[in-house]
Amino acid sequence: MRPHGPVDFQTRTYDYIRSPDQGAEPTARHPVVVVGAGPVGLTLAIDLAQHQVPVVLLDKDDTLSTGSRAICFAKRTLEIFDRLGCGERMVAKGVSWSVGKVFFRDEQIFSFNLLPKAGQQRPAFINLQQYYVEAYLVERVAELPLIDLRWKNEVIGVVRHADHAVLTVQTPDGPYQLRADYVAACDGSRSAIRELIGQQTSGRVFQDRFLIADVKMKLDHPAERWFWFDPSFHPHQSVLLHKQPDDVWRIDFQLGWDANPDEEKKPENIIPRVQALLANSTMKDAQFELEWASVYTFACSRMERFRHGRVIFAGDSAHALSPFGARGANSGVQDAENLAWKLALVVSNQAPDALLDTYGEEREPAAGENIRNSTRSTDFITPKSEVSRTFRDAVLELSRHHAFARPLVNTGRLSVPAILDDSPLNTPDAPDAPFDPCMRPGAVAVDAPVTLADGKDDWLLRQFGDQFTALVYGDDDLAERLQVAVEDLVPLRVLSVRAPPRGATVRTDLPGSVCDREGLVAERYDFLPGSVYLLRPDQHVCARWRRPSVEALRRALKRAIGLPGGDPL
Amino acid sequence: MRLITEPNLTAVDDFYEALIDAHRDLSIGESQALNARLVLLLANHIGALDVLKEALTAARAGAVPGGP
Repeated sequence: MRPHGPVDFQTRTYDYIRSPDQGAEPTARHPVVVVGAGPVGLTLAIDLAQHQVPVVLLDKDDTLSTGSRAICFAKRTLEIFDRLGCGERMVAKGVSWSVGKVFFRDEQIFSFNLLPKAGQQRPAFINLQQYYVEAYLVERVAELPLIDLRWKNEVIGVVRHADHAVLTVQTPDGPYQLRADYVAACDGSRSAIRELIGQQTSGRVFQDRFLIADVKMKLDHPAERWFWFDPSFHPHQSVLLHKQPDDVWRIDFQLGWDANPDEEKKPENIIPRVQALLANSTMKDAQFELEWASVYTFACSRMERFRHGRVIFAGDSAHALSPFGARGANSGVQDAENLAWKLALVVSNQAPDALLDTYGEEREPAAGENIRNSTRSTDFITPKSEVSRTFRDAVLELSRHHAFARPLVNTGRLSVPAILDDSPLNTPDAPDAPFDPCMRPGAVAVDAPVTLADGKDDWLLRQFGDQFTALVYGDDDLAERLQVAVEDLVPLRVLSVRAPPRGATVRTDLPGSVCDREGLVAERYDFLPGSVYLLRPDQHVCARWRRPSVEALRRALKRAIGLPGGDPL
Repeated sequence: MRLITEPNLTAVDDFYEALIDAHRDLSIGESQALNARLVLLLANHIGALDVLKEALTAARAGAVPGGP
């Protein structure tokens, strides 16, 4: 019996249930086995199930994340969770924020707002403890009968074959074997699968230590990201303060390389650091208790290739990042979304196996971009040479009086979705039909307010579903022609976007259409009557035209799923 | 745009004197900090990354034996 009242997700355990696959003869075979039920593996499993692919999801223990860990979830991640049916819970529980402030010594030098564009459903970021994110994803998994989530199932062996892999899985009842057409390794930065197939990551390890302290206290402080360089309460180092739900505050203290991690982890050493921070604020006498603490070092590294035959890596197993910029979990969720629809098309024989190569071709550069950003932030925050520190301090000093220096201040360039510029799945813009470059092929669709046919106000991204979508602007006949033309290829939802009426009332009396209530869809997509955007299931733009022929759309769709015959007209 | 390496200063000796004067009575560390701020101010004034990279290459040629 589950206890009534609020569940403590930090102590919650999930039941190990013996699977019929254990001891089965012959060894059971599954189209997809996902290893690791963290944010990335759970996202991938849910997305696959929504694409009607049965999934076995293995996790080596029976608990959620230990400690709050990844706490910043970006707008794009929330939009993905929306499509997967659990975004609303995350946002309702999370602390929304978009403003950050930067302090040098004890003076504010800079503030920024990450959501300059209003008229989007989701905030720039929410802060939410990773165990809540995982718990809500696990609850969503429970609604999807296609997912077989097996706790206390640890992969201890992998044998790769040309068209499948055999996993040896350890359980409380002993080991058993599984065959999988595809294995998705979402098993974190110390990935056992990576080790088992003899692969590694390469990159930079940073010689610095940080203390995370999660502190529970009632503090009258706005939900903003506060970052200090060299504050008087923690001289020569940096400090980051973030608000989480349940009155928990995340404080990151840079400690330097010489700090003793075992000593710094002790509450008697953490409490004076927190007291010093509070003494500096208006909340000098706030009572607090320590909820969780960890001392960590980090690396920026990645696997060279994310796909190794039938074994595919996503999230931290493929790439490790510094925490500055909140790019770890957020990029991992994007990996999962990129992989899910491709795997679904391949295992259902709608697309060739080579489509999965494009997962690596798209997400490897994305990881490169994240590592570059993350490394640059780290070099600014923790300069590793005398001259690097001199320039860093010069930037901070100048930024007190000169606006030009403020954009140089780098406390973490916060996660934004990668633009898949070089993807082979993109159909380039026709040279004679210019568009604003913002929403070019490779970019992720941006949200805007719309009114539905039944008169309800809603959001554009909510209308896309799990399949390909064609957004057709201001031309219902064209929308109808395109819908009929591709029915033999892959499922496509044609969404007709109408211009706002010039009169006072909005009319949307045709089904399958939305009204661009505030004109923001047209503005953001640079729409003219007859313009069409083709969006992939992961909501990235893969083609756009001023007025496409049916053949142009067919070719772009073929190209986007890796079929021959996809050259542009 | 390309980096200007032909004479371009309006008053060479006045500039040089002002540069040295700006460092008067500063320790080596303070001078280094001043130079860093100066580089950043001038870099922003120039703006164009290709010009700045050309300047960085030209400056580094003086530091590396046999450089650039």
